[in-house]
Amino acid sequence: MKNEWPLWEIFIRGQHGMSHRHVGSLHAPDAEMAIKNARDVYTRRNEGVSIWVVEANHIAASSPSDKGPLYEPSESKVYRHPTFFDIPDEVGAM
Amino acid sequence: MYAQMIKSEATQDDPEKLAAFQARIDAGEKIEPKDWMPEGYRKTLIRQIGQHAHSEIVGQLPEGNWITRAPTLERKAILLAKVQDEAGHGLYLYCAAETLGVSRDEITEMLLDGRMKYSSIFNYPTLNWADIGAVGWLVDGAAIMNQVPLQRTSFGPYSRAMIRICKEESFHQRQGYDAIRKMAEGTPEQKKMAQDALNRLWYPSLMMFGPSDKDSVHSAQSMAWKIKMNTNDELRQKFVDQTVPQAEYLGLTVPDPDLKWNEERGHYDYTDPDWSEFFDVIKGNGPCNVDRLAARNKAWDDGKWVRDGLLAHARKKAARKHAAE
Ligand SMILES: [Fe+2]
Ligand SMILES: [Fe+2]
Repeated sequence: MKNEWPLWEIFIRGQHGMSHRHVGSLHAPDAEMAIKNARDVYTRRNEGVSIWVVEANHIAASSPSDKGPLYEPSESKVYRHPTFFDIPDEVGAM
Repeated sequence: MYAQMIKSEATQDDPEKLAAFQARIDAGEKIEPKDWMPEGYRKTLIRQIGQHAHSEIVGQLPEGNWITRAPTLERKAILLAKVQDEAGHGLYLYCAAETLGVSRDEITEMLLDGRMKYSSIFNYPTLNWADIGAVGWLVDGAAIMNQVPLQRTSFGPYSRAMIRICKEESFHQRQGYDAIRKMAEGTPEQKKMAQDALNRLWYPSLMMFGPSDKDSVHSAQSMAWKIKMNTNDELRQKFVDQTVPQAEYLGLTVPDPDLKWNEERGHYDYTDPDWSEFFDVIKGNGPCNVDRLAARNKAWDDGKWVRDGLLAHARKKAARKHAAE
């Protein structure tokens, strides 16, 4: 439908200094109204102190079929995790 | 439930792909919108999530009916907040449905012209303030029974919407129970109203779970796909078991002379609702079907100039900004 309001993705930062997190989406005619609507739809119970809105068609996303090539290479690199290394107990916390 | 009698769509996909898809679901993985999915899964979900969303929206009407007539300012503020939550629930669910490739306008129009349904419960009237208490207690109570397990449904956006909704539902049920408790503990006349509300809303609430399992032919595929988590009778039994002691505490009588605790089963035995009434309401012949659809159509038509005007304004603003750059 050509007169349908565009879809916006909504990101909200909570009270405790965490990053903005995707909470959902909504329709609005423009960014200003998207923020106003996001306040009503997604922060009715103090869920946030900051709102980002991004028009959904401006988001580029990886595709599910790339799952293998994108994420498998990191599976074999266990040495990237601290638990890979044995540190003697005598050394203390590290 | 809020989605009743959802027929699973037949699927004619590559058997190998189907098996891999089922394996993902069996392993507890979430299916996301861009993942491959059987056509039947997609269509069934659009219908189910859509019907659920429509129920949240239409469900605002019987309660909105009492906002201006709430007995105190506090009750009015509470009811307003509750009804606003229901609008939010509708919006979360519409967005989940849209990820499956249906547009907001399309799905709205399918409600407005009767191609899609909403829960039978909202075709019953709220005649007085006691009904508002009973709706929160019983109708939201029944909705919670179904929505809690749906948090684990296989479709990611649906599951996430359910998690948000469940966080808000407990307030709905508790404010309802609190409101009807005030009446049950009030004057004899108020208590009579509370009993009358329970009498009228008990069976329609039991109908929310949909037909009895022996007549519910569409469940198996949906259960395998984890878009239906329990059978209708399982949830109805759970609701009865939970609600009867709540009614007893209020000193109200559930309008079912055959209701009794069955020690052996560990459940209450109860009388099924009159299913011919249920099918009649679904067909459009309930007390409020015509009013509800008329109200939604009027809201959509009356709002058209606002939707169009705001979009025209946004486009003009964007064009001006573009020209200035
Ligand atoms: Fe709701
Ligand atoms: Fe609710």
